[in-house]
Amino acid sequence: MNHSIIRYIICRVLEFQALFLLLPGAVALSYREEAGWAYAATAAGCFLLGWLGKRLKPKSNAFFAREGFVTVSLSWIILSLTGALPFWLSGEIPEYTDALFETISGLTTTGSSILPNVEALSYCNLFWRSFTHWIGGMGVLVLILAILPLAGANNMYLMRAESPGPTVEKLVPRVRHSARILYGIYMAMTVLLILLLLLSGMNWFEAATLAFGTAGTGGFGILNSSIASYHLSSQVLITIFMILFGVNFNVYYLFLIRRGKEAFKFEEMRYYLLIIAAAIGLITWNVRGMFDSVWEALHHASFQVASIITTTGYATTDFALWPVFSQTVLVLLMFIGACAGSTGGGIKVSRIVILFKLVKNEISHMLHPKRVTQVRFGGHVVSKETWRAIQVFLFSYIVIFFTSLLAISLCNLDFTTNFTAVATTLNNVGPGLGLVGPSGNFDVFASPAKWVLMFDMLAGRLEIFPMLVLLASPAWRKG
Amino acid sequence: MQIIIVGCGNVGETLTEQLSGEGHNITVIDRDRARTEAVVNQYDVMGIVGNGTSFSVLKEAGVDQADLLIAVTPSDELNLLCCLIAKKAGNCHTIARVRNPVYVKELPYIREELGLSMIINPEHAAALEISRLLKFPSAIEVDTFAKGRVELLKCRVEAGSPLCGLPLTDISAKLHCDVLVCAVERGEKVYIPGGSFVLEENDLISLVASVQYANEFFRKVGMATNRIRSVMIVGGGETSFYLAKMLLPMGMEVTIIEKDKERCNELSELLPKALIIHGDGTERNLLQEEGLLHMQAFVAWTNLDEENVMLSLYARHVSKAKTVTKVHRIVYDEIIDSLNLGSVMYPKYITAEYILQYVRAMQNSIGSNVETLYKIIEDKVEALEFSVGKQSPVAGVPLKDLELKDNLLICCINRRGQIITPGGQDTMEPGDTVVVVTTNTGFRDLKDILK
Repeated sequence: MNHSIIRYIICRVLEFQALFLLLPGAVALSYREEAGWAYAATAAGCFLLGWLGKRLKPKSNAFFAREGFVTVSLSWIILSLTGALPFWLSGEIPEYTDALFETISGLTTTGSSILPNVEALSYCNLFWRSFTHWIGGMGVLVLILAILPLAGANNMYLMRAESPGPTVEKLVPRVRHSARILYGIYMAMTVLLILLLLLSGMNWFEAATLAFGTAGTGGFGILNSSIASYHLSSQVLITIFMILFGVNFNVYYLFLIRRGKEAFKFEEMRYYLLIIAAAIGLITWNVRGMFDSVWEALHHASFQVASIITTTGYATTDFALWPVFSQTVLVLLMFIGACAGSTGGGIKVSRIVILFKLVKNEISHMLHPKRVTQVRFGGHVVSKETWRAIQVFLFSYIVIFFTSLLAISLCNLDFTTNFTAVATTLNNVGPGLGLVGPSGNFDVFASPAKWVLMFDMLAGRLEIFPMLVLLASPAWRKG
Repeated sequence: MQIIIVGCGNVGETLTEQLSGEGHNITVIDRDRARTEAVVNQYDVMGIVGNGTSFSVLKEAGVDQADLLIAVTPSDELNLLCCLIAKKAGNCHTIARVRNPVYVKELPYIREELGLSMIINPEHAAALEISRLLKFPSAIEVDTFAKGRVELLKCRVEAGSPLCGLPLTDISAKLHCDVLVCAVERGEKVYIPGGSFVLEENDLISLVASVQYANEFFRKVGMATNRIRSVMIVGGGETSFYLAKMLLPMGMEVTIIEKDKERCNELSELLPKALIIHGDGTERNLLQEEGLLHMQAFVAWTNLDEENVMLSLYARHVSKAKTVTKVHRIVYDEIIDSLNLGSVMYPKYITAEYILQYVRAMQNSIGSNVETLYKIIEDKVEALEFSVGKQSPVAGVPLKDLELKDNLLICCINRRGQIITPGGQDTMEPGDTVVVVTTNTGFRDLKDILK
């Protein structure tokens, strides 16, 4: 383990954190809020620490898979720890555990909140909350890769550890250029959304914060009613963009290089859209009696489906009051999640599809014991290593899910609340059902349960293995 | 014509035999001295020992005077390079054998860009041949003329068939369909039958018919024309791959049995819709488990002739499948013919025939030329398609007034897409293509049919 390079990269991460923190500081300045000093102080602290730490150059540039995993998980933990400071220092979230929960929830693009009354927060805190979504959506290390020349040729390990999905492909030969393209698309789409939201009648602050939440598929709103009180056109805009941000970004790259035909043939996107269409259809049919017209039912169903499958977590209505069938469909969507290579969380459509194909192959193998088959996805054969990793991922996922469920059940809340709380945090969705539904919040849990859920959020965002590697002792051995 | 053949393998030798027999001057080039000498001793050709891609060797072989160079060494790239150099050095026509499946989609591009006259992929050609056969399950061999509008089919007269004891003149009257029997094999003998010829049980008949009549004919004589829906292929070589690739889009279910695990993986990657079985195709239980009994077609295409023959015999014994058997060595052809194996294919003949077709077509003289050529019965009967030129001496004369050679039959006339089964008063007009079946080999021009 090359400790010095990890230290070096983490110090660069701290510098970036300082830069990020200046933005809410600026917001505080423009709204003349006193809470701004907390941001200035934290930013200064982060910068100083980072600047001092990076003065000592790393002894060697050796950087391999385990350094990649450890760097990514440590960076995320440090981003969370420092990002929580302003909430706590400004006194608006008095408990540090709560502040940390809120920050991790933001960075991992979950959007679960412990705040009973969001509207009581100052503008700069609201802005920071939403901005963490945007940072976490595409990943900090991907951003650093895009900007800084880091660690030589092996930085694919960093990108692989941070990017969601069973396989990570470079778009162009250089990791750095790939990262730039990804962030370019991400930024362009965010700016487009902000402009469209402004046109639909929001003010700058609302448009920016909601766009950050949508782009990162996060889900923090700035009103207690989430999205419900905005104009219909804004809601429709957000529905569309949530779905767009849940698509694999490679698709947009294909459009960019004018190979749109291939983009439409992208297998994962087709399944993703198919699942969305089916879920909207089922829920619209199920809730049609609760609204004045089928169109209204369709609107709310589409919004909620888009919000849950992309693991955003906005709400236009309290779906905890919907029929059980609709709720069950939504919980299923939480697990499926968005496409690999998007900003969304969950198990990912590609993994689910590949697993189904494995089942199909296994059945055919029972009928023809000597048959040789391959799993194909997106026109390519899925290598044995990939689908084995998917199976292991699924099992670890289930183990973490049920261990967490067992742990938080000590709080003695009802089963629906516990089950959906773990599901919603592990899949980075946001709201669950029961007490943690769209109108509830996570303050109902005791502190130890919150720590469990925080771990789940990080594990979910980094797709489990980086966090497990961090806990595994062999990773820390010298060598 | 002056022809250079590079590579004296199976196909090289077959080509040498055929082309030298047709009066061309052949020079063979091979790196192996013994093989070159063997060919020179056996046929009346010149032999040069050396690398066919070397300019000086080609020069020695007379590339500047050559009309055609055929490169059939085992290496694709060598063949292509050889053709390129010959093209630059002698400006002759060039034919290369390229068999690597990687190139298969790019062959037209390679041919165009490198200025080759023809590229042949033997495995692809064989697969094409088999797929044509499986389209007409009742026939033993199928060839096409007139861009696929006319089929030349070969089938056996089974016992109890209405064809038994029927004179040929009565066929169209009795069965009301327009087919023409153009050659009959009875034991060792081959006939180009006249109208009074009477068919007997076990005759192998070759007939010419347009596509719709061919199907009707088979139905009326009680031979199954059901489309084949399931095919089992034993042996997962390149031919099997191309064949599966052709059959799958036609809606057939394809099962391929292959011994080599690696090859199975490769095939299952390339053919996601086919059923790829890893196992020994000669194992009885495996064949039954994978449903041989209900297969409608069975293709034995392993590398061992003996295995292929045994497998086909077994398949014919236990199922009603149409069988296709690959035989590499032609030495024992009488025995194989007597075995009732269904369709038997000799891969090296397929390649040689394709090249021969091209060579014949190259030799166009004044009036007309050969468009297509098939050997209906090895070395004994050929079917040739000619196009009729404006100055051709046969144009416009009723057939009954032409003094045709013996053992020759004009089977059909294709007039702008319309297929005519000719009678005595029909004429061949400029622009038509005609199919001629004959026991006289080596025809080069339509006027050769005259006495």
